[in-house]
Amino acid sequence: MVVVGAVLAALFFVVPLVGLVWRAPWSSSWKVLSSAEARAALRLSLETSVAATALAVVFGVPLAWMQARVSYPGRSIVRAVTLLPMVLPPVVGGVALLLALGRNGLVGQYLDRVGVHLPFHVAGAVVAETFVSMPFLVLTVEAAFRSADQRFEDAARTLGATRFSVFRRVTLPMIRPSLIAGAVLCWARALGEFGATITFAGNSQGKTQTLPLFVYVTLEGANSDAAIVLSLVLVVVSLVVLVSVYRWLGTS
Amino acid sequence: MVCFVLIAAACGSSTKSSGSSPPTTPTTTSKLSGALNVFAAASLTEAFKDEKTALASSASGLSLTYNFAGSQALVTQIKSGAPADVFASADQKNMKKLVDAGLVETPKTFARNTLEIAVAPGNPKHITGLADLEKSGVILVLEDASVPAGNYARQAFTKAGLPAPKPASNELDVKATLVKLTSGEADAVIVYVTDVNAAGSKVEGVDIPDSQNVIATYPIAAIKASKNLTAAEAFVDEIVSGSGQQALQARGFLPPS
Repeated sequence: MVVVGAVLAALFFVVPLVGLVWRAPWSSSWKVLSSAEARAALRLSLETSVAATALAVVFGVPLAWMQARVSYPGRSIVRAVTLLPMVLPPVVGGVALLLALGRNGLVGQYLDRVGVHLPFHVAGAVVAETFVSMPFLVLTVEAAFRSADQRFEDAARTLGATRFSVFRRVTLPMIRPSLIAGAVLCWARALGEFGATITFAGNSQGKTQTLPLFVYVTLEGANSDAAIVLSLVLVVVSLVVLVSVYRWLGTS
Repeated sequence: MVCFVLIAAACGSSTKSSGSSPPTTPTTTSKLSGALNVFAAASLTEAFKDEKTALASSASGLSLTYNFAGSQALVTQIKSGAPADVFASADQKNMKKLVDAGLVETPKTFARNTLEIAVAPGNPKHITGLADLEKSGVILVLEDASVPAGNYARQAFTKAGLPAPKPASNELDVKATLVKLTSGEADAVIVYVTDVNAAGSKVEGVDIPDSQNVIATYPIAAIKASKNLTAAEAFVDEIVSGSGQQALQARGFLPPS
């Protein structure tokens, strides 16, 4: 009974992939991949997703540490709010970003005065991706901070290491596998981001038209073959990264 | 306008529905029963919702569900087997894709629409025509060229002898485009006259002269694979020559011819 359920669940994920492969126009795929538009979208996707992951690591790791190690009133509310983008429809996240960081937004009106424009610019796509993907990193890393044995840190402290030195040389190495797993999950989510990006950053070729947006637009245009080929590219890139990282984590 | 409405309404009750219905059938609304999934262009949102309200009393056995999106998105969905009974497109091009694929019955034109520039209330950027939209410092947002309105908008620039526009963003339907204006990100957008009407005081319209404007014709057709084809055909007739005309023209659509 359990096996049947497991097989059905696995099939549920495998069949859509087979669907893509089944319909893929292999003969024309090279032509699609060499089109300037497609390459621009692919490059933009890689750049923005890496940038979003970097931002998520820089800001998400301190947040995860604080959530795991510092007890303060309202911590559970902060946790709920910071994990909200995982369960919110991304379009809703995009609307919220627009109202906060858009040209007439709560914060955005001041950004506009100092010449910072996010919608319709690459930075906007990065912000949208970071908003949606950072919770994946925070969640993973927070769990690692929680389960890491604090006695090693205490020992380092008694041996005279500063707080920052302990964090950098004891705590971080202990959570490294989780940090990498979290960063990869975060990156994969950023790479696939669609709803928040199109709502907040718009669909501007070379600036905010990432691969998922390009796939959606071409799927509806004249060239739906291109959409299938590029979907496969997205699948293959994500799959290769996920498999290799989990392998590496398993062996290290 | 009132004239049109009355004529259209009068026509509706006398027009025979497709097929060989017995002469005793008073109107198409008697065939309007069961569940219908209507896939309609985003620009039809308000008019079709009004029509649903109208039909709620005249065809109480009808359970109407709408799916509004860019016509090009709806075509993709229908081609992939989405359970649509009726498709209403904002252009002939997208309808033709389904005709060519043999998925729809013969389409009928049911409305026309024209384009209008929409700007923020008070027109802060002093937009007076298409040429102003290409000035630097004006953030223009259009629909993607695959969206009917986006295609028409680009045709309008060509008709006006202007270079191809470089929009800051290419949105996936007229409503999403309008949101970029009302949220303050865009200085100007091009949508249908009916969208400007529907947005009310949130936007201000700037006319595009007839010589530069493009007339959008809206075709509607029943989907051959519909499980409720009689009602689907009756709905098409109701839109083409029945109460649908009233709903459409009240929202600023032009009659089909």
